[in-house]
Amino acid sequence: MEHAHTLQLYGTAGVRYNVEAMTRSDVQLMLDVKAGDEASFNLLLQKYRTPLVNFLYRMVRNRGTAEDLAQEVFLRVYRARKQYSPSAKFTTWLFRIATNLALNSLRDNRYRQMDVSIDAPVEEDVAPLQLPSRELRVDEKMIERDRSEFIRRAIATLPEKQRVAVLLHKYEEMDYGEIAKILECSESALKSLLFRAYETLRVQLAPLVSESVANRAREGRP
Amino acid sequence: MMKTCEDISKQLIAYLDRRANSAERHEVEEHLAACSACHERAEDFRKLWGVLDEVPLVEPSLGFDARIRARIAEEPRRGWLGWLVPQPRLAFAMTLLLALSVWMANLPRESSVAGSEQDFEAIKDLGVLENYDVLSKFDALSEIPVDAAPADQQAQPVNPTSDQQPTTEE
Repeated sequence: MEHAHTLQLYGTAGVRYNVEAMTRSDVQLMLDVKAGDEASFNLLLQKYRTPLVNFLYRMVRNRGTAEDLAQEVFLRVYRARKQYSPSAKFTTWLFRIATNLALNSLRDNRYRQMDVSIDAPVEEDVAPLQLPSRELRVDEKMIERDRSEFIRRAIATLPEKQRVAVLLHKYEEMDYGEIAKILECSESALKSLLFRAYETLRVQLAPLVSESVANRAREGRP
Repeated sequence: MMKTCEDISKQLIAYLDRRANSAERHEVEEHLAACSACHERAEDFRKLWGVLDEVPLVEPSLGFDARIRARIAEEPRRGWLGWLVPQPRLAFAMTLLLALSVWMANLPRESSVAGSEQDFEAIKDLGVLENYDVLSKFDALSEIPVDAAPADQQAQPVNPTSDQQPTTEE
């Protein structure tokens, strides 16, 4: 009976979730999940599955692993629902679980690769890093995909903590206090961490950064 | 005093994403106006953020929700009995404690009771028996005929007057 009711809510959640998710805060939704309302869990799932999968994909560089880890994050949230207390923002809790899982996965993967062979290629979804050239490529879509991959790989080369900081700051637009809690560091240390990360990316992505300046100049934009 | 490049490095990101307070903003702007290297870096950071925005979002696969729902459905659910037994380990510990209590309560106690009664009998008069003044002036002892005293009388070895009493009578 309860299961059927849940399925019905899942089925019709498409439109309704937008309204409900906007009117009820994440903390309220989680408190409802704690009280046994599984439809509220579905609202949280729909709200955060895409940000979580993208965050994890940018962390681990493998889409399948990213989805598996995102599933694990939601499962852990569900399992911990009875112990949930709104002492911090829901997103802080959610991304802290995700960060820990991603870092563990990266470490496990490193050990596994060491076990297999030191010569084995790194298992990733993409071809070796090459700076795309607009002159050599005809297909614009392919150029765009290569540029995205070039940027993703540059982010992936950052040290783990810097990578988490950039992803949460740039893509999740979290405030400094929240990111500092997730990374378990002070806000001052976080600001230094972000500065170093962006400085590294500025060097690594210099061709794209300067290209964007040239494009702007060509288009007559400041 | 104008801040150094190192000082500004900690404030630059907050300045660029507009989260710096007015005092910090003023300090950074003052430095950027005077330091071309930091000014160029700040401009590059702005452009870099534009470049980072080029990365498109990936959508979770179609089966994502179904998979998580299936995994949640597999999670054990607590019935009404679950509230009676909140924790399996706690329930086991309580059962063990109860069994131990029952076992201890049923232990045979007769031998130990008899033993303790004998011990009590032996020591209850010890204070009196050790008091020589009381025993020497105890008239009842003098009335006991010497022949009537049993040979194996228990009090005799510990009674210092029992040997002297007949002598007095003589």
